[in-house]
Amino acid sequence: MTRALVSVPPAAKRGEIVDVRAMIAHPMETGYRMGPNGAEIPRDIITRFVCTYDGAEVFSAEFFPAVSANPFVSFNLIATESGTLAFEWTDDKGQIETASAEIVVS
Amino acid sequence: MRRPAASLVAFAALALALLGGGAQAGDIAPHERRSGRTFMAPETQAMQADDTTNPGMLWVLQGAGLWDEKAGTSGRSCAGCHGAAEAMRGVAARYPAFDPASGKPIDLAGRIRQCRSARQGAPDLARDSDALLALTTFVAHQLRGMPIAPPKDPRLDPYRETGRQIFTTRMGQLDLSCANCHDDNWNQRLAGSAVTQAHPTGYPLYRLEWQGIGSLQRRMRNCMIGVRAEPFAAGSDDFIALELHLMQRAAGMAIETPGVRP
Repeated sequence: MTRALVSVPPAAKRGEIVDVRAMIAHPMETGYRMGPNGAEIPRDIITRFVCTYDGAEVFSAEFFPAVSANPFVSFNLIATESGTLAFEWTDDKGQIETASAEIVVS
Repeated sequence: MRRPAASLVAFAALALALLGGGAQAGDIAPHERRSGRTFMAPETQAMQADDTTNPGMLWVLQGAGLWDEKAGTSGRSCAGCHGAAEAMRGVAARYPAFDPASGKPIDLAGRIRQCRSARQGAPDLARDSDALLALTTFVAHQLRGMPIAPPKDPRLDPYRETGRQIFTTRMGQLDLSCANCHDDNWNQRLAGSAVTQAHPTGYPLYRLEWQGIGSLQRRMRNCMIGVRAEPFAAGSDDFIALELHLMQRAAGMAIETPGVRP
């Protein structure tokens, strides 16, 4: 089950700068730790985060092992049209988690 | 190796101060009680205050899903009997409560486990499992802002007394009781961290050090390891008694679940 929380203002004026926040539950296991039996815990991190606004990429980030568990990203963008903000997190296994939010621009 | 050594020195210094000081401040006056939140940096307080930045909300979200999910041989969900989770407001604020079935007090997580096995016929959830923490967080979150309300059940009194005794009994190689720090020296710092008054207002809470959510018992286990005592078993009567005492001590303080702590 994807556990992601995204925060986008439901409504904005055209040209307004809005605050977007996205958080996802993920262990972000670095691959440098050992388990209680001395066995290596395999690396399992999110490597890429992308946000698209009506299909166009507006923000992306690469994550590395130093990023803590349950990564939180916050950024600003200019509200241009009413539409969908789609969020996508890709992890080491190639698994993709998604979330989305609507914004109404007047 | 620098950090453990530094904290060891601080621990030893505090232990010496406690052994030499002698002045027993005793219980904290009601008007002096402070949530652990007020000891944190403004940035961490802001992180807890805003649901869009509070990572504990991820577990609230998971718990909300589990609340509506059918489980076990009964084919019923939590919501199937209890309805909307708002119905749990006021109920959960009184835990640990007396459980007539076992003749002992039971905490909220224990009650959820019992409900699952006895009523839902679902497989048991381990203590400190993500699913149990999520459900407990979700239920406790319904009470955010409400005061902690320990029940006035006389059957609980002997257990509360046991809890108070454990709280004030020195233990471990450092020979410290909970009260030595949390009643008598809550305004001091230990290895750079605030000691705090140990009021369980935000549990289960997200600890940045854990990078996850954890129970009150996990926090107490941490403290016991800190004074180099052997921690009680998870879900043991001793831990429940301590929880009872802590809730009584914090009666009337507002619940913050999910809290964020450094």
